[in-house]
Order: sequence, then structure tokens, then C-alpha cells
Amino acid sequence: MVGGFRWAAMFPDEVWEHVFSFLPADADRNAAALVCRAWYRIERRSRWRVFVGNCYAVEPAAAVRRFPEVRAAAIKGKPHFADFNLVPSDWGGGAEAWVEAMVEGWPHLEELRLKRMVVSDDCLELIARCFKNFKVLSLVSCEGFSTAGLAAIAANCRNLRELDLHENEVEDNCLHWMSHFPESFASLVTLNIACLEERLVGLLHRVPQLVDLGTGKFAAQHHPELFSKLESAIAGCKNLKSLSGFWEAGPTYLPAIYSVCEGLTSLNLSYATIQGPELIKLISWCKNLQRLWVMDLIEDDGLIAVAASCKLLQELRVFPSDPYGAAQPISLTEHGLVAISAGCPMLHSVLYFCRQMTNAALLTVAKNCPNFTCFRLCIMEPHTPDYITRQPLDAGFSAIVESCKHLRRLSLSGLLTDLVFKSIGASANCLEMLSVAFAGDGDAGLHYILSGCKNLRKLEIRDCPFGDKPLLDNAAKLETMRSLWMSSCSVTLGACRQLARKMPLLNVEVINERKRGLPLELQPDNCPVEKLYIYRTVAGPRSDTPSCVWILR
Amino acid sequence: MEDHDNLKATELTLGLPGTDAIEKPTTAAPNVNKRSKEEEEEEECCGFTGSSGRPAAKAQVVGWPPVRSYRMNSFRERKMEKKEEDTTGIYVKVSMDGAPYLRKVDLGVYNSYEDLTDALEAMFKGFSLGKRIIQRQAHDLHESEHAITYEDKDGDWMLVGDVPWEMFVSSCKRLRIMKGCEARGLTSSP
Repeated sequence: MVGGFRWAAMFPDEVWEHVFSFLPADADRNAAALVCRAWYRIERRSRWRVFVGNCYAVEPAAAVRRFPEVRAAAIKGKPHFADFNLVPSDWGGGAEAWVEAMVEGWPHLEELRLKRMVVSDDCLELIARCFKNFKVLSLVSCEGFSTAGLAAIAANCRNLRELDLHENEVEDNCLHWMSHFPESFASLVTLNIACLEERLVGLLHRVPQLVDLGTGKFAAQHHPELFSKLESAIAGCKNLKSLSGFWEAGPTYLPAIYSVCEGLTSLNLSYATIQGPELIKLISWCKNLQRLWVMDLIEDDGLIAVAASCKLLQELRVFPSDPYGAAQPISLTEHGLVAISAGCPMLHSVLYFCRQMTNAALLTVAKNCPNFTCFRLCIMEPHTPDYITRQPLDAGFSAIVESCKHLRRLSLSGLLTDLVFKSIGASANCLEMLSVAFAGDGDAGLHYILSGCKNLRKLEIRDCPFGDKPLLDNAAKLETMRSLWMSSCSVTLGACRQLARKMPLLNVEVINERKRGLPLELQPDNCPVEKLYIYRTVAGPRSDTPSCVWILR
Repeated sequence: MEDHDNLKATELTLGLPGTDAIEKPTTAAPNVNKRSKEEEEEEECCGFTGSSGRPAAKAQVVGWPPVRSYRMNSFRERKMEKKEEDTTGIYVKVSMDGAPYLRKVDLGVYNSYEDLTDALEAMFKGFSLGKRIIQRQAHDLHESEHAITYEDKDGDWMLVGDVPWEMFVSSCKRLRIMKGCEARGLTSSP
């Protein structure tokens, strides 16, 4: 600190602000703010973008007070496993507290992105009324609002550039909410309403400058005249780069989008029940595709075709068309994944649902793609071994983490022992998020992860034989992470109590949905914990916990 | 594959018959390991754990596979819409004790036991005396005139209502609306 005051005063604040504007990452700005009080003061007044990875990590008012000039905010609520119904529906993640604080302290807010939060129509109305220069609204995996709330946004936000509403639970009570958009809507560039039925064609004519279009449900095959209108409307959107939608079977209307295929960089067909041959035909037009989301109906043959046509592909997601395996088996295997890894040199992000895998295939993928940043493999049957050798898939996943030095996100599946965790702990130095299910032999597995993986931020575990010891031995690690989720493991209440006492900056949330016997305060230490959610926070215990959640202190 | 099914049929489990339940224990490590070994043995017998061997309505582990509930809901909706479009249908004969002729119903058009019971009541209204003809739950047997039973794939007569709806639809071969007094012998409650 000696001399800190002197040299900070060498330049006027504006110069430092300008310098700080070149710091792209929040981590860098956070570091700058720690140098001296002057820099703290200058930095906080010039930060205009904040990301709050856990809405309960800080009080909304505190965040708004510290950064008064924010124009863009992104906030996340529920833990990731809420997507799969593992988190009670009343757990929390309400957006009101944040929206109220933002309306109060950030009247010039232009951009708001919420993920996994409960957003009411009142919130949407507040946003529509209070932020005069509002440009971007993105609600992903949210719930609690209806199309009436959206109508308020459409009617009041005249400068709206981006409206992204994908995968929300929206109550559709206002049929013509989109008619509230202005007649000539020259500002809208991104429209993703892939959760609602709507009148697409009329809208497209009003927004020909659209770059990103996500449609809701429509069954064009029943309306041939609608098809030709759709074709001309889409062709009119000359800037279209990204397309997604709920497209039912019936390849007859796919040609409607051929005209824009060559310009597409992003295509989401994961809600479309188009079969392999039609998919291949469509994708063969999309030579510039960087991101492709499809159903496993594409099969290995389709992926081989993708590997041949889409040389710029960076991200691939293959979703299961039939998660419970009741229908005919689909021919999507490890071969498709290997083909893509071999044919697409820029591939760095994969999400792949399949039913079989081998260590050999994973080793090949690891060798072909050392640049992976995100690798999520879901073999749908828990504990599935290498189907040829019958061995666990430790070797395969170990090869991935050892080869892919920039891996930031990893999801494991299949039969796995503690060995894979040893490799991950030792090699995955950039790993920020790890998802584990039905894996491991015992405490050692969790210990390897928590004592290694120096950049780990989010860890989510379900149905693994991990217990108290690795948690207590690595308590300090938990404060360096955003959050830890453990469900159906072997953690006891006693360990959670100890952890909570030892680490005041953590909220240790115990979730017990089966309300039988004594309340949690009176349960003995050896009482098993169903679900555990631990996160670091400077806000202390939250006040909106439902009856099934206890925050231990 | 067939031998394996027979072995499974004699196995003592707490799961419902016809399910490959992976019931989650909430406690300690040993249970989880044991389960994985059982499943390994299963895999040894079947070879690859493919989907074709499993019955249509497999009991599911909560939140697995990790597909967003939003996506799952759209699958379910699509399956229901597809069912409406399907012309084949799942027609089964329905007989009622005392009625002179049988009827046929398409199980595919109903989504729940409630729907089915309402439809059957409407169909057979002319033939019964009481207001509530058909039992809705096992304990209603003592109050209602008739009970709905069905013949399953094994040829056994079962009381309708015990198993999940989808499982019932996939295993039901025919329906019989029998007199309450006769049906009381079939109830599963102690």
C-alpha cells in the first residue's frame, strides 16, 4: 500500500476507468479493486456489467450499492439439478428481491438475464415500466410468469433488441401478447420464444432484420398455404444466423428454410422429430454451422454426414428422443461421437446422450480433440460399463481430462470407480464444473476431487457413495467454490452441523422432503441427509426458505 | 433373454411386478454398491443393457436421464398427440356381468383411470341400478355395485387401479366389470 495513494492520483479517474475498460473478466476487475482504495472506488463506479452466479451469494441491495452504474446484469437462481426435478419446487430463487433493488438503484439498466429463477408477472411489469432504455431480456429455465407479463414487455419496451425466452414454464393466458409489439419493430434482432405457440409468419414480416429466431410450436404440414407464407417470410430475414424451434414430423416444410441454411451458424433441431435422412439433407445445406443441437434420430450415419459437411462445427448436442427406452432402439452409438471428433477440427463442446460407450472410443475422442472446453457424456443406463470389455469407463474419461487441458466442464456417466476421480483431481486444472452420478466406490473419490481441481466452482453429485469424511477434510475448499450439491449420497446430519459451525461463510442447506418423525433440529447426528446444497455467501442465511429446507448454523 | 426373465420372476423384490425398479435408498454406501453389483449381474445376463428387452413402462429414477423437465414435458405432449393421430388404437373387450353383450374400448384415448372409469360408466349405464356403478378405489368395493377387473398378459385377473396407468395399458388384454361381492375376493388391501 506504500505509495499506492500517490501513484493512483497520478492520473485523473477517467484515465483509470479507461484502463479498466480493457479488463474483460470480472476476476481481473475484482483483482484491480483490491489494489488500493482509489482503484476500488474508481473500479466500482465504472463497472457496468455484473454476473451473479448465485442469487443468494450477496444481498441485492449490497450489489446495487457497490456498482451504481450497472447497465447489464445476469443472475442465476436454483441449482442446476433443479432442471431434473431434484430440487423442491418451492425451494426459492425468486426474482422479486433483485428486481426491486435494481429498479431502485439501476434505473438505466438495459440488459437483464435470469436463469432458473421464479419470475412473476409483477416483476415483468416492473421491468417494463421502470427501465426506460431496456434492450435485452433473457429468461432461461424460469417459471412463474404468463404471457400477460410478456405483453407488458412487448408493449412498453420500445427499444427491445433481444427477447430470449427459451425453456421456460410459461402460462399462456394472453393469446395475442405478441400483437403488443410495435408495428415496425426495427430494433429486434433476437427473438427466441421457443416455449410458446404463436403466429410466426405475421411477426417475421415485422422483423426482417432478425438475426436469431427461435420459434414455438407450429405444425406447418397441415397448412400448405401457411407453408409458402413461412417460406417467403423466412427468406425475407436476410440476416438470419440462428434458428431453432418446435418442428413436428413431416419433412415437407423443411425446404422452407433451405434459403437461409447457408448463412446459419446455429441450428437447434432438438425439438424436431425429423428422421435421419431428412436431417442429413437439411444439414448438408448448412456449411457454416458452428453450433448444432439435434435429437439422436440423426443416428451415427447422420453424424458422419455432419462430420463431412460442417467443418466449422464448434458445439454439438445430441439429445435422446426416447429417454426411457420404451421405443425401438436408435442406432446412435460411440461411432457417431468418434466420427464427429475426427471430422470437426474446431469442435470444443459436446453434450452426447447415448446407450453404449467404450474406453477405446473415448481415448480416440481425447486424442482427436485436445481443445475440448466442455465434455458431457450421458450413457443413459446408470453403471453401464464398456460394452465390449465390460470394464469401467475410468480409462476413457481419464484420457479426456489428461488430453484436454482447457476442459472447463465435465459430466460423467457409466460405470466408474474411484480411479477416474484420481485422474480428474490430478489433471483437470481448468475444470470449473463437474457433474457426477452413480459413480465411485467410496469417500476417496470425493476426496480426490475436492483436494485437486484447483479451479473448481460447481460440483454436483447424486447417488454416489460419498460420505462425511471428504467433506469435513476439505471444508476450506468449499469456500473457494460457488456451490456443492449432493443428493442420495452418504452424508449425515452431524457432518453438516460440523461444517456449518466451522465455516460461517457457507450456507449449509439440508433439504428433507419426507416429513416424518422429528424436526431436523432434534434429529440425531447420524440421521442421513437426502439432499445437501452448500454455497458460499456474504449475505448470511436467506429468509425465504420453504419448510423442507433447513439452513444449519 | 427368456431364462433371465424367468429368474427375475421368482426373485423377491419390493418393486411392483413387471418393473425394473431402481428404488433409491436414502442411506449408506453399502446399499449403493450392492445395487450396482445387482445391475452388473443383470447386464451379464442380458449382454448389453439395450432398451428392447424392457417392458414399456419402466419405473424411473427421479431426474435420470438428466434431461430438462421442460424437454421431458414436450416429449410427453408429443407422445399424446401422436397417440391421437394413431389409427391403430389399443382396443380391448369389456364385459359386464349381467349385460347381454360386450363392448370394445380403445385404451389409447384415455390418460387415467378416472377417464376410463367415467367412460365405462357411461357405456354401461343402462345395465345397472346404483348411481355409482364402479369402484374408484380399492376401499370403495364395499360401497359400489361393481368392480373393474382386467386380464393381464399372464392370464391373471387383476383389480384395476393398482399399477401406474401406462403399465396397465401395456398389460391389459381385456376388461371385466364384475359384481362387487365377487370382486371383494380380489382386493389387494389386507
